[in-house]
Amino acid sequence: MKNFKYLFVGLFFGLALTKGEAISWYRMQEMFRFESFHMYGIFMTAIPTGALSLFIIRQLKLKTFDHQPIEMPKKEYHNGIILGGLIFGFGWALTGACPGPLYAQIGSGSVVTIITLASAILGTWTFGKVQAYLP
Amino acid sequence: MDILYKPWPWYVAGPLIGLTVPLLLLMGNKKLGISSTLRQICAACMPAHIPLFEYDWKKDGWNLFFVTGVLLGGFLGGYAFANPNAVALSASTVEYLKSQGLLDPMGLMPVELFNWSSLITAKGFLLMVFGGFMVGFGTRYAQGCTSGHGILGLSALQWPSLVATMSFFIGGILFSHFVLPFILAL
Repeated sequence: MKNFKYLFVGLFFGLALTKGEAISWYRMQEMFRFESFHMYGIFMTAIPTGALSLFIIRQLKLKTFDHQPIEMPKKEYHNGIILGGLIFGFGWALTGACPGPLYAQIGSGSVVTIITLASAILGTWTFGKVQAYLP
Repeated sequence: MDILYKPWPWYVAGPLIGLTVPLLLLMGNKKLGISSTLRQICAACMPAHIPLFEYDWKKDGWNLFFVTGVLLGGFLGGYAFANPNAVALSASTVEYLKSQGLLDPMGLMPVELFNWSSLITAKGFLLMVFGGFMVGFGTRYAQGCTSGHGILGLSALQWPSLVATMSFFIGGILFSHFVLPFILAL
């Protein structure tokens, strides 16, 4: 079970999301209405932390703990970045959740979010089905 | 013991969220990205000969362990050690939500909107079923969500991720200002 360790990283990530209230529907409304710095503060500290870590990994040519090379993430541009991004934004405002917080919301006791997650899976499936016809 | 129940300020939660990026890379060259798990579940459960789902999803099996952990993290932080007080929202947000007919904020989610019986109302259906559908459809179309593009992609200074994250926010901001009030009024 070499993958089991990732459960603990997920737990750490989920705990930080939850205790930072980044899974809260209320906090998302507040963010989209520019009425608090809280969520922006999370993004503005999370991203530089990630960027600085990547910089260190690259500069020191660090390897994984089991001595495998680390590849830097690369993201390609395509039309879905904007169109899909906007559609996701609409869903984000409705559900108050990105995919990560969906899982954390279920854990936090909002069991009905299982339906939202199931619907998100169906949305991904539907995208796969119609992908060929989209710009 | 109070500290276990208290929410964390942004300058604590944010850096810890960011540290997930190097942690996953160092542990096994893994890339943070949660919307991929939705694709994996499709590939595992109902691939239906759709090209997007015909791939070796077991190779990314680590991610399913990761999101199981995210769920447990939600349980620990939001249930077992739940903040007994309401989310410390800004006064103007509380006022706005009240004007939309919501109750005083309690917990992390407005239970009056997100519950089983509201699923069969137009409002609940739009919030949960339609909203969830757009999250799943949109993130796959954009090939990533707030974690993969917003945190990992921006950390790696990838400009497509900046366009993606801006699109997420523009979508969310437009929708919550111009459409959501009508849905909450249903």
